[in-house]
Amino acid sequence: MGVHAAPLTRPAGGLRSTTAASPASAASPAPTVAWSSLGAGSGPAAPPLVLSRRRQAIAPLAALTVIAVLAAVVLGSLAIGARPVSLPVVLDAVFHPDAANGDHAVVLARVTRTVAGLLVGAALGLAGTAMQGVTRNPLADPGILGVNAGAALAVVAAIFFLGADSVSSYLWLAFGGAALAAVVVYSVASVGRVGATPVKLVLAGAAVSAGLGSLLSAMLVNSRDSMELFRNWQVGALAGKSWDSILAVLPFIAVGAVLLLGTGRLLNNLSLGEDVARSLGQRPGTGRAVAALGIVLLCGSATALAGPIGFIGLVVPHLLRAVVGPDYRWLLPMSLVPAPAVLLLADVLGRVLLPPGEIPAGILAALMGAPVFVWLVRRGRKAAL
Amino acid sequence: MNPATRMVARAGPAGRVQPNGAWVRHIRLRPLRRRIVILALLCVLVAGLFSASVLLGSYTVSVADFFRMLGGMRIPGASFIVMENKLPRAVVGLMVGMAFGISGAVFQSMLRNPLASPDIIGISYGASAAAVFAIVFFGAAGVSVSVAAVVGALGVALLITALSRRHGGPGLILIGIGAAAFMQAAVTFLLQRTDIRVAQDALIWLTGSLNSSNWNRAGLLAAALAVLLPLAALLTRSLHGLQLGDDTAAGLGFRVPRARLWLTIMGALLAALATAAAGPVAFVAFLSGPIAKRLCGQSTSLAAAGLVGAATVLAADFLAVNLIPGSALPVGVVTGALGAPFLLWLLISTNRSSTGG
Repeated sequence: MGVHAAPLTRPAGGLRSTTAASPASAASPAPTVAWSSLGAGSGPAAPPLVLSRRRQAIAPLAALTVIAVLAAVVLGSLAIGARPVSLPVVLDAVFHPDAANGDHAVVLARVTRTVAGLLVGAALGLAGTAMQGVTRNPLADPGILGVNAGAALAVVAAIFFLGADSVSSYLWLAFGGAALAAVVVYSVASVGRVGATPVKLVLAGAAVSAGLGSLLSAMLVNSRDSMELFRNWQVGALAGKSWDSILAVLPFIAVGAVLLLGTGRLLNNLSLGEDVARSLGQRPGTGRAVAALGIVLLCGSATALAGPIGFIGLVVPHLLRAVVGPDYRWLLPMSLVPAPAVLLLADVLGRVLLPPGEIPAGILAALMGAPVFVWLVRRGRKAAL
Repeated sequence: MNPATRMVARAGPAGRVQPNGAWVRHIRLRPLRRRIVILALLCVLVAGLFSASVLLGSYTVSVADFFRMLGGMRIPGASFIVMENKLPRAVVGLMVGMAFGISGAVFQSMLRNPLASPDIIGISYGASAAAVFAIVFFGAAGVSVSVAAVVGALGVALLITALSRRHGGPGLILIGIGAAAFMQAAVTFLLQRTDIRVAQDALIWLTGSLNSSNWNRAGLLAAALAVLLPLAALLTRSLHGLQLGDDTAAGLGFRVPRARLWLTIMGALLAALATAAAGPVAFVAFLSGPIAKRLCGQSTSLAAAGLVGAATVLAADFLAVNLIPGSALPVGVVTGALGAPFLLWLLISTNRSSTGG
């Protein structure tokens, strides 16, 4: 951005000084060339992956670190809990399961939980990253933008009116609710001259969430059974998920992830503004629709499986941006690793913080994520105005 | 209407309206007259709704009987239903609506954003989180719940004010939304941990309900309002100043930070006391201000906002009690169901007219 704006702000006649640009911008082409020559088989049309030299050095290291952290958290998630299991036993249980061994049974139950956490975390992280790109909004998050509330209302309606009790029976309704809420929030926020600004989006999301919330309580107040099911679903717990439920959402998460992973270039161009994106040969409307479909698939699946979990999709992209920079072709795939790590970390912490009970992952994610949200608002002038 | 057309209208065919002092006074006082008429109409509406909710419904009482009971006469059956159930319920509903309406209008005008009501920026959530915490962990009831709610609301209000210094109105709203999410998570967790019966009672309260109104609550609320309403009247001038924007207000001689602090404290207290009495009744604080503003011709009137709030709560409660006989829906369900579509319309029209931020 700064590079584009700089020549315009310079006084006319300063051609010589313009060409003798600052050393920083003069240095940037070199790594670009180096990177594009490394880029495996990218066609001539694809712009080169631009990483500053510092980031180029850091990125692989950061990726390895994050993957190592994820592996450590996964092992921790298998080992830590009400009944701690030592690491050798964990590995033994995973590779040579023995049904008669009590420790093995505990570990196998935690495997389901961990897989659920990995899936949900990856889905929310990717959806959050893409959402921030599509809406050009650093504060976008499925929880804040009302998408989770839409899915929640649909799920409760399914429980209340249709007596649904398994994930596969309310999965489609969760998608419908998530999609409807997303469309309503985005269209309400984009009315007007300036389009969907961060503030308008967040406000519309909060307003729609509040409205859906009172419809939700209208159903819950009148049915103790629904309340019992709902209050255990609403906290966003990873515990007690069955393989059936996980397999029911898996294809949708896969399709959504593939859709979103292909939108990196579009999101990069969109971040320069809609007009620039169009002039670069993108079709912003179509691209946005594809990305929105992917987001709804991911958020709907994650919410149907684990309940409404906010703030993972908000915080992870910001952590990543600090490391790999603003390029969505990096951000999108990279978000698949730290997001599950953060969610599983919340889950593991929740198991040990309040013995003998557990704090569900969704609650802990919100309690840890809300202060980060406030910090982001305070830090970013653009976000606040 | 632009000035040119007004000139034409003034020099109309008959030439009856002359541009003299009387005419200028007539035009200048027009908003004031309109406001007085609107306030009178709102008073009549609130009185009508109040008497409807006391006299009509599943058990109908005649006006004569009602005044006899007020005079101390006991009518078997009717006395209990009216004096111990319907009347305190209507009184609490009236005061809760007023408090929410004024609180909402204060925050919306101060932050110059129709979406900055206490239920969005986390102040009502602060009150309910603290109250639910007190109920679940200490078995609090009565005055102690009110104290907890007041502490929670004031704490959140001051916290978000402090955090959002130098970040302007939108910053405060966003930070408030973050705070609301934090406390919502806490409440959700508390609801999951407790016994299902406590959880459902707490949920009814969290939705906003007048079902457990009694004279104790009415008295508590009345005492609080007796202090806070005059304070609101005193602060109205500063509020009108702040509405011009912080810089303009400072230029006109208002002490902006101090006025903000007082308005925040008063708004938070009103929201907290109303929440303690009936729970955070959805959308009343949110919608009363904008409705009153539209009625009064785009000028802020705390009195009108309070009356609109009272009318909303009384009407919604009447609907909630009588719509499905025997179900006793919480009043918050009705305000929520009616408020959501109105809210969307409000958002769209705000966005269309301005940047909405």
